[in-house]
Amino acid sequence: MSWNLDSSRPIYLQIVERVSLDIVAGKYLPGDKLPSVRDLAAEAGVNPNTMQKALSELERNGLVHSLRTSGRFITEDKDMIEQMREELATTQIQEFLDKMRQMGFDQKKVIQLIEKMLKEDAS
Amino acid sequence: MSTIFECKNLTKTYGKKIALDHINLSLESGRIIGLLGPNGSGKTTLIKLINGLLTPSEGTLLINHMVPGVATKKIVSYLPERTYLDETQKVSDAIAYFADFYEDFDPSRAKDMLDKLNINPSLRIKTLSKGTKEKVQLILVMSRRAKLYCLDEPIAGVDPAARDYILNTIINNYEEDATILFSTHLISDVENILDHVIFIQNGKIRLQADVDDIRFNQKKSVDELFREVFKC
Repeated sequence: MSWNLDSSRPIYLQIVERVSLDIVAGKYLPGDKLPSVRDLAAEAGVNPNTMQKALSELERNGLVHSLRTSGRFITEDKDMIEQMREELATTQIQEFLDKMRQMGFDQKKVIQLIEKMLKEDAS
Repeated sequence: MSTIFECKNLTKTYGKKIALDHINLSLESGRIIGLLGPNGSGKTTLIKLINGLLTPSEGTLLINHMVPGVATKKIVSYLPERTYLDETQKVSDAIAYFADFYEDFDPSRAKDMLDKLNINPSLRIKTLSKGTKEKVQLILVMSRRAKLYCLDEPIAGVDPAARDYILNTIINNYEEDATILFSTHLISDVENILDHVIFIQNGKIRLQADVDDIRFNQKKSVDELFREVFKC
């Protein structure tokens, strides 16, 4: 069972991140129906209250909306998903840049290194 | 949300030893609550008081607004730390016994769980291993549709794979408005399924909080916090 969750950070936030990533990555398509709270909770290995809280958070930020009787659906607003994709990428890059700075790389060196790796990757 | 359990100045003494010292608690229904504390902190005493196996030395406790008694036993499903099953019975006999005894017992649920854990109902209980006995006991307790489940160290004796299944069983089988109170030492195994924790020490409540608040405010897991608070 269970998603790989880190016990030292709020679980519901990690679920929000994970589902957002699944949406951006296309595991759930725009307009898709999400599994029930209980099924998702069982899949994640968390308690249904926590899953409920995470889904409410996703509703608040608009990625998911609920139809009273038939369940929760992924937004059909593709611009919003695109925006989320960029946000997630920005966070990753920010983390990366912070680490590089810690290791003493300046902007020029970082870019050089990335270009070198991309070339190796392509060949 | 309604209050399923409430106690005021709840105290229990065994001779000169104070096991619970003027405890005030109020638990909402629909939550999974961990009762955590070192050995001898009063966890089992509290659970036994809830089940009417002990009577308070001082103070009051109410379950669903009732004093512990016949009416509360109908809605509380209790897993004691030690097994009380008649070991000469078969597993299927124990199920029939529970079904006969408790109105809210659902035999199909029990059979389903036995199936998934590969436990043969026609075996006699005394022939089972320690861990399997614990599983049977937990299956019996979780097959009731109770309002409050009190589980005293429910996963201590089972292997990690079965532990995962059992925790899953717990979260899948409890009714939405039911409350689960369980005591355990194996915090890292259970903390992801908890809503709320109560830390108890020397008969007093040391800390009470929602688990995600602990993670958010302290930037650490419940397990880490426990080790810090109860450092020897």
